[in-house]
Formats: sequence, C-alpha cells, structure tokens
Amino acid sequence: MAEPRSNDSLIAALGAELVPVRRLLPPWLRMLGWLAVVAVFAVLLFAHYGDEPMLRRWAGAPDLAWAALGAVLTAVTAAWSAFTLAVPGRSRAWAWLPLPPALLWIGASGLGCLRTWLAPDTSIATLHQSTDCLVFIVSFSIPLSALMVWLLRRACPLRPLLTALLVGLASAAASASLLEICHAFDAAATDLLTHALAVGIVVAANAAMGGRLLSKA
Amino acid sequence: MDGIHALDDTPLTADGSLVLDGGLAPLPDCHAFVSAEPASASEQADRRRAVWMAAAQAGDRRAYERVLADSVALIRAVARRQGVATDALDDVVQETLLTVHRVRHTYDPARSYDAWLSAIAGRRAIDALRSHGRRDRRELHDEFVLDRQPDRDDASADAERRQQARRLREAIAQLPPGQREAVEQLGLREQSLAEAAAQTGRNTGALKVNLHRALKALRGRLHGDD
Repeated sequence: MAEPRSNDSLIAALGAELVPVRRLLPPWLRMLGWLAVVAVFAVLLFAHYGDEPMLRRWAGAPDLAWAALGAVLTAVTAAWSAFTLAVPGRSRAWAWLPLPPALLWIGASGLGCLRTWLAPDTSIATLHQSTDCLVFIVSFSIPLSALMVWLLRRACPLRPLLTALLVGLASAAASASLLEICHAFDAAATDLLTHALAVGIVVAANAAMGGRLLSKA
Repeated sequence: MDGIHALDDTPLTADGSLVLDGGLAPLPDCHAFVSAEPASASEQADRRRAVWMAAAQAGDRRAYERVLADSVALIRAVARRQGVATDALDDVVQETLLTVHRVRHTYDPARSYDAWLSAIAGRRAIDALRSHGRRDRRELHDEFVLDRQPDRDDASADAERRQQARRLREAIAQLPPGQREAVEQLGLREQSLAEAAAQTGRNTGALKVNLHRALKALRGRLHGDD
C-alpha cells in the first residue's frame, strides 16, 4: 500500500528542518588533506634521521626503492579510493585503484628476499628488530586510520566494510613508507613477514572496527 | 549557463535568489552536469533534480521539498528492484529520505542526482530486507502471545479493542526501523532515555527525535487516515 500522506508529511517535516549545508570537498582534495598529515610525520622523521641513510640504501639495492615507491603510491591510491567510495553513487570500481601499486609494493619487497647480496649499511633484521618494525607500522597506523575514519564519517560510506579495508591499506602503506625513512634493515624474509603481518593487522583491525564505526555515519 | 536558464521557467528561481542573497555560493560547480547536451527525458529529469538539490544545499526549502517528492518514485523503483515487498516500500522511502536529509552535503551537483539517490536507496533497501527478517520473527512471537489471551467478556467491545490494538501494532510495524525502535524502547517498555540509549547504541537526542517523528506518524495514520 502506498502511503502518500506519511511521505508528504515527512517531506514537509524535513523541509522545515532544512538549513544550508557546506558541500563536501571533492575526494581528491580530502585525500590531499590526509596525505598532508602523513607528510608532516615524514618531515619530522627526515629532520631526525636525514635522508642520507635511506638514499644510500636505495642506491645499493634499487628494489628497495621500488618497494618504497609502491608503498607510497598504495597509500595515495587507497586513500583516494576510500574518500571517493565514501560518496554515494560513485563506482565500486574505484576499489581496484590501489591494486597495481600494491602489487609493485609486494612484488618489489618480495624480490628483495631473493637477493643474495645485502644493501650497504644494513643487516638482516633479527626477530627482535623485526618486532620494532611491527610496532612502528601498527602505532603509526592507529592515528592515521583514526584520522581517516573521522574524515570519512563526514561523508556517507555506504559500503563500510570495503571502505574500512581501504582505510587500513592506506594507513598501513603510509606507515610502511614512513618506516622506510628510518629503516636500517634490508628486505629479508623475517622482515618482510613482519611487514606483511603488520599490514594484515592494520587492515583486519580496520575491517573489524572501521566497518562498525563507518556504518553509523 | 544555458542549461540553468532553460530551467528558469520553473518557479524555483524565486526561492533560489532569496537564498543566494544570504551569501552562499550560487551553485558554482553544477554547470558541468547541467549544461551538457540535452538528452533523454530521464536525463533531463535527473538534471532538473540536480539543480533542485543544489538549491536545497543552499537552503532553498521549496526546491528541497520538490526534489524529495520527485525522489519517492525513484526510491520505490530501486527498492522494488532489490526485492523489497510492496508493503515495506514506504519504510525504505522514508528511511532513504531521512538519510538524504542527513547526508545532503555529500551530493556533488556536477554529478548525477539519480545515481547518488539510487545508491542511498539501494543501501536502505538492503537494511529493510534485513530488518524485515527480524521483524517477521518478532511478529510471529506476538501472534503466539495473542492467541493465548482468552478474553471473551464483551464480544463487540473486545473485537473493537482487538481491532484497535491490531491497527496500532500494524502502524508501529510500518514505522521506519529507527522510529519503531524508539517507540518500542521508550513507549512500550517504558525505559528511560538513558536506558534506551544504552540498549540501542543511539544517542538520546536521536531517540527523542525518532520518538517524536514516530508519534507524529502514528497520529497521522490512526486519526488522519480514517
């Protein structure tokens, strides 16, 4: 049964409540806002460590540089896609945007394990040192995820789980990029495994929590 | 520009200019979508709604009510396509309208209004399908309780009371989920606002608004319809 009366009265009630709203900024601008915070972290880390150790390591082992580039691009594209998907009516295909950079990131990191030589000034991380990487990635991801969830709640993420996965991917990739600045280890199986674990923890935590945080928005 | 001028014959602009005087940007970025080459009737209707919604974002109440009224048929079509039963369509319509109201700032007038609305309506349709499953279980339980209440004092008064109760129950069942929840928690179980808030995970303000809207809707249905 159609209920034109109640629809009409609801429309009138909503009309009575209408106040002007400030339109949401385009997703790419919102993404840049989030990346600006990541950039502040990066500047602080560069101020503390300098860029020299990182560049020397990259010169010795170019695949590390490729992996870092992949991580940065993954962070950018995943954030872009999360902000875009949080606007109703945008194509689900945006979720695929971070895939190519993520493949570069994973592929180049994995390639590092196959190398038989070591990058200069590095050593294979011990399990203990790997734990530091894990703590680093997870602890940087927490504020970055929280910030992005807060920003996304102002939009309307109709696919909370997918958006939360992208939030996790973006913040884990951004944290891994930041780690690159002060990372003294070569890519080795233990290290790579730790990174994969950290990214997995961040993505899973976001999917479990973010899905709920975002679905109320 | 021509796209906007083509629509100037609607009474919309009278309200629009009022609002624009208030210092808000006059729909700066709707040109891309609005001034594209005219195409099918549905695309033209989409553009008209885009202009209305853009005006609504600036606070134009008449444009807002018009775009919402214009949206009802589209929401029903989306919900029907998702498999929502006919008697639940208005739940979806109302929940979608409430969501549209809450997130109207996310609409970008450079893009299709219909696509934006359909995405929200599709989501609310899925919510309705889920909560419908839950409600069916609850109603089954209610009927079971009713069957076990032998109450045969006065046949006609009893029949009337039962009919009233049934109508009230039906009216409550037809409320959108948020409002139904508020009535159930605050009205029927007589919980305090704080208790109901703790139980439902909603804040007390939202519960109050929901209860208010629910009572208004119930009054309308029980007194207005007959």
